[in-house]
Amino acid sequence: MKLLSTKATCNSHGQDSSYFLGWEEYEKNPYDVVQNPKGIIQMGLAENQLSFDLLESWLAKNPDVAGFKRDGKSIFRELALFQDYHGLPSFKKALVDFMAEIRGNKITFDPNHIVLTAGATSANETLMFCLAEQGEAFLLPTPYYPGFDRDLKWRTGVEIVPIQCTSSNNFQITESALQQAHEEAKKKNLRVKGVLVTNPSNPLGTTMSKSELNLLIDFIKDKDMHLISDEIYSGTVFTSPNFVSVMEILKERNDLKDFDANVSERVHIVYSLSKDLGLPGFRVGAIYSENDMVVAAATKMSSFGLVSSQTQYLLSAMLGDKKFTRNYISENQKRLKKRQRMLVLGLQKAGISCLKTNNAGLFCWVDMRNLLSSNTFEAEMELWKKILYNVKLNISPGASCHCTEPGWFRVCFANMSEDTLNLAMKRLKDFVANNNGEECSSNKRTRSTQASRSFSRKSLSNWVFRLSSRDRHEQEER
Amino acid sequence: MKLLSTKATCNSHGQDSSYFLGWEEYEKNPYDVVQNPKGIIQMGLAENQLSFDLLESWLAKNPDVAGFKRDGKSIFRELALFQDYHGLPSFKKALVDFMAEIRGNKITFDPNHIVLTAGATSANETLMFCLAEQGEAFLLPTPYYPGFDRDLKWRTGVEIVPIQCTSSNNFQITESALQQAHEEAKKKNLRVKGVLVTNPSNPLGTTMSKSELNLLIDFIKDKDMHLISDEIYSGTVFTSPNFVSVMEILKERNDLKDFDANVSERVHIVYSLSKDLGLPGFRVGAIYSENDMVVAAATKMSSFGLVSSQTQYLLSAMLGDKKFTRNYISENQKRLKKRQGMLVLGLQKAGISCLKTNNAGLFCWVDMRNLLSSNTFEAEMELWKKILYNVKLNISPGASCHCTEPGWFRVCFANMSEDTLNLAMKRLKDFVANNNGEECSSNKRTRSTQASRSFSRKSLSNWVFRLSSRDRHEQEER
Repeated sequence: MKLLSTKATCNSHGQDSSYFLGWEEYEKNPYDVVQNPKGIIQMGLAENQLSFDLLESWLAKNPDVAGFKRDGKSIFRELALFQDYHGLPSFKKALVDFMAEIRGNKITFDPNHIVLTAGATSANETLMFCLAEQGEAFLLPTPYYPGFDRDLKWRTGVEIVPIQCTSSNNFQITESALQQAHEEAKKKNLRVKGVLVTNPSNPLGTTMSKSELNLLIDFIKDKDMHLISDEIYSGTVFTSPNFVSVMEILKERNDLKDFDANVSERVHIVYSLSKDLGLPGFRVGAIYSENDMVVAAATKMSSFGLVSSQTQYLLSAMLGDKKFTRNYISENQKRLKKRQRMLVLGLQKAGISCLKTNNAGLFCWVDMRNLLSSNTFEAEMELWKKILYNVKLNISPGASCHCTEPGWFRVCFANMSEDTLNLAMKRLKDFVANNNGEECSSNKRTRSTQASRSFSRKSLSNWVFRLSSRDRHEQEER
Repeated sequence: MKLLSTKATCNSHGQDSSYFLGWEEYEKNPYDVVQNPKGIIQMGLAENQLSFDLLESWLAKNPDVAGFKRDGKSIFRELALFQDYHGLPSFKKALVDFMAEIRGNKITFDPNHIVLTAGATSANETLMFCLAEQGEAFLLPTPYYPGFDRDLKWRTGVEIVPIQCTSSNNFQITESALQQAHEEAKKKNLRVKGVLVTNPSNPLGTTMSKSELNLLIDFIKDKDMHLISDEIYSGTVFTSPNFVSVMEILKERNDLKDFDANVSERVHIVYSLSKDLGLPGFRVGAIYSENDMVVAAATKMSSFGLVSSQTQYLLSAMLGDKKFTRNYISENQKRLKKRQGMLVLGLQKAGISCLKTNNAGLFCWVDMRNLLSSNTFEAEMELWKKILYNVKLNISPGASCHCTEPGWFRVCFANMSEDTLNLAMKRLKDFVANNNGEECSSNKRTRSTQASRSFSRKSLSNWVFRLSSRDRHEQEER
């Protein structure tokens, strides 16, 4: 009898070993301005490190909150005992207000329809458990966040069928792509329970247009399925067009007497404070739904991943400070805009372009197709390794995001200082210049072949024995 | 097409509505010494409220820790970004040291074999996902914690088959009971993957003997299966015999050259700070295993329920203070012993006995068989309702813990003041005195029939429409 479950053992396989290598190389040789100025610069982490000073300044002005005090009185006991999976009411209120603020207060959220979870990772899996099961699937537009393969499928048994998007229209979702995906699912004998989109998109860094959102709602109406909108980057929209949440579209359609109560009950939002506030360590995620049964079931399931009451309380006070949140949202966006500009300009100087519709997120979706030796994913991997080993930048290859076209890479800009970003851009510029100039092709091929060989040998043994190192990287790629 | 998953919809059914009623009645009429002295006293909550002052005093002496400071420097950013599912090293070290301290330092734990989870609820479910799947089962001795039905079975598809224990030997596990359970599983076509025990036991409040533990290890050796020992109450052992962890037995057996490497790889421990430290709100649980594959798989699964870094840091400092932990463990045990003594005496005065082997936990396993009108679970429910409505005490009936014998109840003692406990005992004494004396049987039956009728009507509509209230109670019964 097999000792462990299939779930426990299958996971050892099916991971893209390029990730493992990228992370391992970075860990062996991490850039440090003083200690290791020639080290690898990490540009594969979608972290927001630009606005911590705002958070720290608020904490300094409100020292009681972290110290379990409310109005001068200790509420330690109350918090220590508080494990109600309905969540701390003051925190839910502050959170929905914050979500509304991000959406320009064009919509309001009901705190009774929010379910708190330990991060969006937990929220997404929980929604899968609530809405689907083995033999069923969700459609996801490509490219998408690599973590979804684990979060949505692993323990739930649900499948993902891709909605293929292409650069021909800046990777927007089209009706034909939706229908094709639906057909593909049918061929695989999978019942499609819904569509899951990330808006703003990871890895594209773009907001969905109103027409895309309307297209999606028409599609799920027609097919009687769900729509999950993962809006964890909603606070990172730094330039027009403004963020339009699917909830806003639903409201518009209701207002326009295109009312369909059923549709409202099949649209669910996922949120988190990991990107907008830069607090991935605090594990704060949420599901928002107008569907009472989904809220009831998800609430019970949240038992498996509740948010620490200590953290709920701290954030209820911080997000409850409307003056603070208004300022934070706008200042954070300004800083993201500035930093993204630096990256785009730096890339331009290197002769590299990126998705021109990039208006959100902590990254750019970069077009390196003209640097490929051939229009293949093998060439993309070759280029990725060159950038890792020669340029010493760790970026995320499009293949890992299930992109249909080779040559696209996600490059993060909000997890390092301005100087580091400038250095990264300089290295890239030099690389491209050399790539186009002196180096003869055979030299390039030799070096990357050597890297390939040592990669293969090393990756095998490392993958088997150093599972934990790779895991760390998988974790951080979001 | 069914809109929600089976998991989401099945949960609406299969809950014992007595719980719902008990909680609802308590909420409508909660005891308060000033505001509502005739209200219902909550004795169904296994919370440890006896030693908060020790925690608060430590916090007052170490204010920097809650304020994200280490050695006077702010580490807010580091913690905000820390989402590594390998856990904060300093916290894991402090936690395993605490676990060793509780076991009299007779064994040591390796921090690399600990997996942190959002509470024991998450730990238990995660272990099920790692070790078993649909068509498979774990054997659990009865009576057991009602929450296991949800935690172990709901989303995993794993079944529970009971190991029937009886009062004839103080509910200890016997070899024949183990074999019978195994047979029963076979008849149901379930592959048994292991045994899960809670030691100390909830709801019995007893530690397992060395012979029981050896019996279990022999059994899992023979059948090539796993043993999960949920030791979340290990710090609540207040009188002899001392707590003996399954790890200690394994060590003894290794020392006696009864070495079987395979067995060590099939024994897993679950721990939490919710009972020993009284911090259920902070969501701190753990899995400990010598099996590297289990640790690797469980670590990845912990993504779905990580512990807040804010909380990990606070507790790494608190549990890292050995002077504090040594004092806490011993003082907490003293207080539990004293409070249990009060309950036992109070019950005695009411002519009620409880399990004489009670030496741990936050509750007594109380024998009210002689108060039953008949030796049936219907009579147990009748008695439970009387105690709820007439005596105004909310206690947990044995049926909800899958006990095979009617008439046993779990009564908690660590979640209220001494005065409240004394009042509860007085009420019980008066009830028993009246029960044996003046009240004629027909009056008793009439009142409980009326209560039954109104219960049925109310329970139907309430159950349908007030799912959330009932949920809150389920949560807190542990």
